[in-house]
Amino acid sequence: MQTLIIRASEGELNPLIPHPIEIVLSLVVFAILFFAVKKFVVPNFEATFAERTSAIEGGLAAAETKQAEADAKLAELEQQLSEARHEAARIREEAREQGAAIIAELRAQGQAESDRIVAHGKAQIEAERQQAVTSLRAEVGNLATGLAGRIVGESLDDEARQSRVVERFLAELESGSGVN
Amino acid sequence: MSSIAMSITRAEGFTAPGPGDFDLPPIGPDKTFEFLGQTMYLGVTKPMIQMVLVGVLVFVFFWAAARKRAMVPGRLQYIGEQGYGFVRNSMGRDIIGSKDFLPYVPYLFALFFFILINNLLASIPFFQFPTFSRAGLVYTLAAISWLVYLGAGMKKHGVVGFLKHTCVPQGVSPAMYPLLIPLEFMSNILVRPVTLALRLFCNMFAGHMLLILFALGGEYLIVEMSAAYAPVGILAWLLFIVISFLEILIQFLQAYVFVLLNAMYIQGSLADEH
Repeated sequence: MQTLIIRASEGELNPLIPHPIEIVLSLVVFAILFFAVKKFVVPNFEATFAERTSAIEGGLAAAETKQAEADAKLAELEQQLSEARHEAARIREEAREQGAAIIAELRAQGQAESDRIVAHGKAQIEAERQQAVTSLRAEVGNLATGLAGRIVGESLDDEARQSRVVERFLAELESGSGVN
Repeated sequence: MSSIAMSITRAEGFTAPGPGDFDLPPIGPDKTFEFLGQTMYLGVTKPMIQMVLVGVLVFVFFWAAARKRAMVPGRLQYIGEQGYGFVRNSMGRDIIGSKDFLPYVPYLFALFFFILINNLLASIPFFQFPTFSRAGLVYTLAAISWLVYLGAGMKKHGVVGFLKHTCVPQGVSPAMYPLLIPLEFMSNILVRPVTLALRLFCNMFAGHMLLILFALGGEYLIVEMSAAYAPVGILAWLLFIVISFLEILIQFLQAYVFVLLNAMYIQGSLADEH
């Protein structure tokens, strides 16, 4: 510090005058740094930047392809979907028609069956009525005969009247023989 | 700093900082030699060590950052790429033009970080000395800049073509040439390296001097003077802190300006129109 003060007071020190060793050193250090950076640092950075740029561009191209593919797929799917809708509508329409036909057919069948059943029933009733009439007729005959018999039988039950009928009959027979 | 002012301040007991504070003694024996009427130390000094250290540091850092070349950068690579991309794009591509900036990128890149880290050492504890407050170190960089932009122009236009391109203004009547050509030659060829060197050197020199002044002056006011001066000393120390931050900004700006002007000079040399 002592020498510095003395020098400053002497007015000798001019900071603008360069130190020759420093000039040389600065040149050497910067030159080495420059060549080292140029050879080992900058190419690596530039290569990284270039690779990254191409990777991004490649990625963009791939993304575009993917997008186009997706669009095509979507259009295809939409077309399939509309086709499927159309098909479904057609099938539904067909089913409706078929259903109507089936119902009509069934209705006709049912009608025919009911007609048949009604006709059968009528025939059976007629037959049974005929049978009933026949059997009634026989029954009525029997009953009438029985009733007549009963009516006749009761008159014969009275012994006095019977004997009178018999005597009268016999008498008639005797006179009858003479007469006849 | 006249000797009268010096003696006055010494008479009061305070030694104001001067150019001597930048003439650090070498490590080891301090032999001296004479150069251009100046007595100079012969040996390895602090700014020399700093300069070599920064050279190694800048290279090792960016080499380590660049070598992995990952598509998705890690933290180190990211910082390296940001630093490299800053110089490459904002000073190289944007100024020189995207056509022929690439050959100059290694130069601009090495120059920027070399100056920046050397400047920042003035604010980093234990170094705290601006490397480029030594004129000799700056003159070299200015001379290299000069050679680079002259070389770029001469390579493109030829020696005569370049001189014509640089010194003969266009769109001016030939009657004005005797006046303008020497002027253009002065400003474009002679003065540029000088202003480059002085701008960087003076900023570093004066900034560091200012910091020393506030630090030592504040200390003197607090320790040596009567108690009434102590608040002024504390104020000086507060200003010292504020100015330290300003210095960090200036350290960055000077590195930026130095490299930016380099890029602009190269661009001017390569341009087709004047």
